[in-house]
Order: sequence, then structure tokens, then C-alpha cells
Amino acid sequence: MNETETRAIFLEELNRVAPDIDPATVRDTDHLQDDLDLDSMDILNLVTALHARLDVSIPESDYKEIETPRKASGYLARRLREPE
Amino acid sequence: MMQNIIRKRPQHLGNSKSTPDVGAVRLDAYEMGRVLVTGLPDGALNIGFEAVDRHVAQGHGNQTAIIWLSKDGRREVISYRYLAELSSRFANVLKSHGIEQGARVFSAMSREPELYAAALGTWKAGMVFTPLFAAFGPEPFRTRMEIGEANVLVTSRSLYERKIVAWREDIPTLRLVLIVGDEAPEGCVALGPALRAASPEYETLHTRPEDPALIHFTSGTTGKPKGALHVHQAVLYHALSGRHALGLRPGIRYWCTADPGWVTGTTYGIIAPLVNRATMIVDEAEFDLDRWYGTIQREKVQIWYSAPTAIRMMMRAGKDAAEPFDFSSLEFLASVGEPLNPEAVIWSNEVFGLPFHDNWWQTETGGIMIANTQDADIKPGSMGKPLPGIIAGIVENTGDGLRELPDGEIGELALRPGWPSMMRAYLNEQARYDKCFADGWYLSGDLAMRDADGYYWFVGRADDLIKSSGHLIGPFEVESALIEHDAVAEAAVIGVPDETAGEVVKAFVTLNRGAEPGPELERDIRGFARKRLGAAVAPREIVFRNTLPKTRSGKIMRRLLKARELGLPEGDTSTLETEET
Repeated sequence: MNETETRAIFLEELNRVAPDIDPATVRDTDHLQDDLDLDSMDILNLVTALHARLDVSIPESDYKEIETPRKASGYLARRLREPE
Repeated sequence: MMQNIIRKRPQHLGNSKSTPDVGAVRLDAYEMGRVLVTGLPDGALNIGFEAVDRHVAQGHGNQTAIIWLSKDGRREVISYRYLAELSSRFANVLKSHGIEQGARVFSAMSREPELYAAALGTWKAGMVFTPLFAAFGPEPFRTRMEIGEANVLVTSRSLYERKIVAWREDIPTLRLVLIVGDEAPEGCVALGPALRAASPEYETLHTRPEDPALIHFTSGTTGKPKGALHVHQAVLYHALSGRHALGLRPGIRYWCTADPGWVTGTTYGIIAPLVNRATMIVDEAEFDLDRWYGTIQREKVQIWYSAPTAIRMMMRAGKDAAEPFDFSSLEFLASVGEPLNPEAVIWSNEVFGLPFHDNWWQTETGGIMIANTQDADIKPGSMGKPLPGIIAGIVENTGDGLRELPDGEIGELALRPGWPSMMRAYLNEQARYDKCFADGWYLSGDLAMRDADGYYWFVGRADDLIKSSGHLIGPFEVESALIEHDAVAEAAVIGVPDETAGEVVKAFVTLNRGAEPGPELERDIRGFARKRLGAAVAPREIVFRNTLPKTRSGKIMRRLLKARELGLPEGDTSTLETEET
């Protein structure tokens, strides 16, 4: 899966957790908490949703890697390329 | 639940400095608190003076008051002298704009040094401070500023433009908006240049002990949020409980992770540590596991006051995540916000070498009432015992007054009124205030039980309020926002158990004719609610119903929805008129 695809999936799941966020207007560098007003429970729900969707489990220490759509799409694409 | 007692080593009993030595047999919270403050001439008392200026006057100006960790990784060390001067500058800025004693100063901002200067400067100028949680949506901001008749708002440009400017003109009392930083939008004043231009000298107003100092909003089951009013004299109990329940003392490195937008973050995140001349760690960022563990290690935190949701997030990450860090500086851990589960107490004892000490109090009580303290054995899951000067009881309403219940029986947790930080009023809501008191008791609204050893155990709320991530959420405020959505006819909101947040908000809605239930509409309503209320307050889940269970008088029976959600007995349904479908 390439970064365009992981970006689309990330934004879809983000919108499911926080439907007040319109994926069309989200900038690649928007920070989930500072710019998009997610709280820590939202982040947990997002991580859970991404795990269910992509079978990628994201440890707490990697939460920083998904703090913007740009970072998240790169991170998820990388994780999906990892050997089992 | 009694088998896992965490016993304290005997030497802790011997060398504890946590209890002020007042030599008095009668444990009066006023008397014990007075030992810890200086006071002003003629019996005047001012929180701002006690928190900073007196320490400077007594030769401690160079001591560190705040170690501030910015979101973007900067670290600033702020001395008591600098904080005294910055808060004096803030007081002078208010005065230069013609703001007078008694005015209401609101804040809505992140944990930055200006927030602390604003609080202290407001008190020094004899004005009343109300910090709001910056993650609120526009509706909670507006409701609270209306009820509190805000005169001044200190906020950031981003929050102002996103959440406030649209309705600013609807708050007729609002005279001044201060924007943190060097630039301000039209109609606002940039705080940065204003502070720099203001004098660092300010003669603290000689407020009377019973003058208003602080308003904290708390949610009600019905109706709007209530503004609990506290007075300058509350500082006696902030000082005392900070010393006794948390072990705050001069120079100790202390980290309270709560935001000042909630009462814990003001009482124990500003006032109690400063009055006790501690060094506070202030982290602007939100919870981040490595950042938190790293902060404890780097800043050599000694006393740490946090909350169950954060502790459970640490538990989720596992012991391995904590392993690389050095926690040897820690001396005492405390938790508040909702009952701390026994597993979390035991887990922290294993990971940090110290257990978290749960304690209990409310916005209305202004300070910790019941606590597990340094000296006492812990029964994990219990909130501990009443602090010195506090008398608690478990009561039930017999229909003919209150009856105090014996050990082991569940009833409403009540306190004998008359400690310094007790609320003095709900703003403009005398009737709701009066309802909190009966037969010489303050009624907490929490159900609890006291065991034979005098430990108190939380059982549940007596009302419909929701405790989510330590925040008390009023269902009415959420329902009111939901029914503003075009598709929603009626809404009922309850808390459902969640392993991390304690409870999360769930809404049951009925729809107007023509609206189609489905995932799309669910998302649309949830997004609508989040925009208005903010993530912390809005429902995480919305389900559709054809009708909601109601009483004959048309009142929605939230209690019944909750019992069904949890699979509990439905209790008395004799008043049920319309069934849930």
C-alpha cells in the first residue's frame, strides 16, 4: 500500500472518530490535537480503528508518528511494508 | 476487597513532616490553615499575595516557582520573583483598562506562563478568576461566560478566532479581550506588549477573607452549569490540604498534570503548591507517555498528582514502556478525578515503587476532603479517610430528615459544612445551592460506604452526572446541543463504562419526521455536537430510537436507559408512561 492509499484510509478513520473534521479541508501538516482538537480518547479510538482496518498495531510510543496526516500516511505505509 | 492492603513502612510514620504542628487538640481547618499563611494587615487575606509576593518579601525570590515545558520542547525556569512581577504587570494591565475590584476575569488558554500570571494578577487586583478548559467548544465557553458575567477574557488568537469571536458581542458585560502574544485581532489587546509596558510593581489589594476570588463551573443534572464561588479565605485550606494530603513543602519538585480549567488544576496546580513554596512542573502538552516518563526522570519530580485516565493509559502501554526510565526521585503519588481501580494502585506500586494515593473531593468542596495519605496504609480502591478538620458521614434520606448510616451501609457521602474552601454560592442560583444542604450536612451527590476501619469507598453517583476522563459532564448540556441539530427531536445522554476513561458519553436520540437514521446521520450529529461542545464533552456514540422512555410528566428516564445499557435491574418503573422503542 502506498502513502496516497494510507493517507486516504487515515483520513477516513479520522473522520469516523471525529466527524466534525472534514477530510477535504484537513491540511497535511495539521496536528491532531493542536489543530484538529482531538483529545486523548479520540487518539485511542483512532489507533484502535486503524488497527482493525489495517492490522497495524501502534504502540503508545509511536503516537507521535501519526500526529499529522503526512506523518501518519508515511508511518502506516512503512509499517505495512514490514515483514510479518 | 480488603486483602490487598498496602502497608507503609514504619519509618514513614516517624519522619513524616506532612502534618503541620499546631499543637491543638481541636482540629479546626481554619486554625490549622492560618499557621501556613502570612496574611495582610488588619485581617486582610489575598491568595495572590500568599502564593507569590510574600515569599519574595521573605527572601525567597530566587527560588524556582515554575519549570515550564512548552509544547515545542522549550524549558523555562521562572522564579518566585519573576512570577510576582509578571502577575503585578498583569494586574496593572487590568487597571490601565479601567477594570475594577470584583470584576470577573476568565481565561481560555493552554498551560503557559501567562495563564499563571493572569490568575495571580487577578487575585492581587481583588478580581475574580475563572479558568475555562481550552478544549471546550464554543457553546460551553459561551454558556459559562454568560452565567459568570465575564468582564475580561484572556485567550489565544486561535481560540478567539475559532470559538469566540462569532458570539463575543452577545456577552454585554465583556469589556476587554487580552490575546496572548504580540499581535491581536481587531477589538482585542495583545497581552505581550501590554505586559512589557506595565510596571512590575503592584500593591496587592487588601481583600477581606470572605471576598470572592474564584468561580469554577460544574455541571448539573438538569439546567445549566453552576458557577461555584470560592473566597480568598479558601487559601487556608489549599495550603493545609496541599501540605497534609500531598506533602507539599518549600522547594519540593511537584507535578500536577491537571489543567487549571478544572478545579484540581487551579487548587493543586496553582494555589496549593505556590502557597507551600514548592517548585511546580508545568507541561503545556497533553498526555504523551514517553514525554511524561521523561519529564519525571529529567525534572526529578518528587510529588506527582495525576488522574485515573492517564494512569490507565500508562498501564495499557505496559511495564516495558516504563522500564528505561529512572523514577527514583518520586516520593509520593496521588490521583483524583474518579475512583482509582485497585489494579492501578497495585500496578503503580510495582512500576514506580510507590502506589498512587487516591483522594476524593469536588468543585464545591474547593479542596481534598478524603484521602489516602503518606502516613496511612492504603486499601486499594478506597478513597481513604477524611483529612484533619473534615467530618464526613454516610447519610440517607428517611423522608423525615437525614439519618446517618452505620459502617458498611451504602448511602450518600456527606460532609459537615464549615471549612475554608467550601463554596459560598452557586452564582445566581440560591435554590440549587440550598438543595446541597440538609440537617447540617453538605450532600455530595456521590454514593459511598465507610468500612469498619474508617475508609470510604465510592459506589456511584446519586444522580445522572457523567464522569469521563475525570471531567464531570452534565447530560442536560449535551442534550441541549444535540436537539439543536435539524434532524434530532429528543435526546437522552448517559455515561457508559469505559476501561480507560471510566465512563464515556452515549446519546440516545429520536428523529424529526423525514430524517433517515443511519451511519451517515450518526456521524453528522456527532460532528455537530463536537463542534459545539468540544471532544471532551460531546458523545462518542449516538444511537437512534423511535421513542425514549418517559415519565407521565414527560421527563426522559435516563436512569432506565442506563440500567438497560448495563444490564442492571430496572428498579422502580411505576412512573414510566412511554416505553423505549
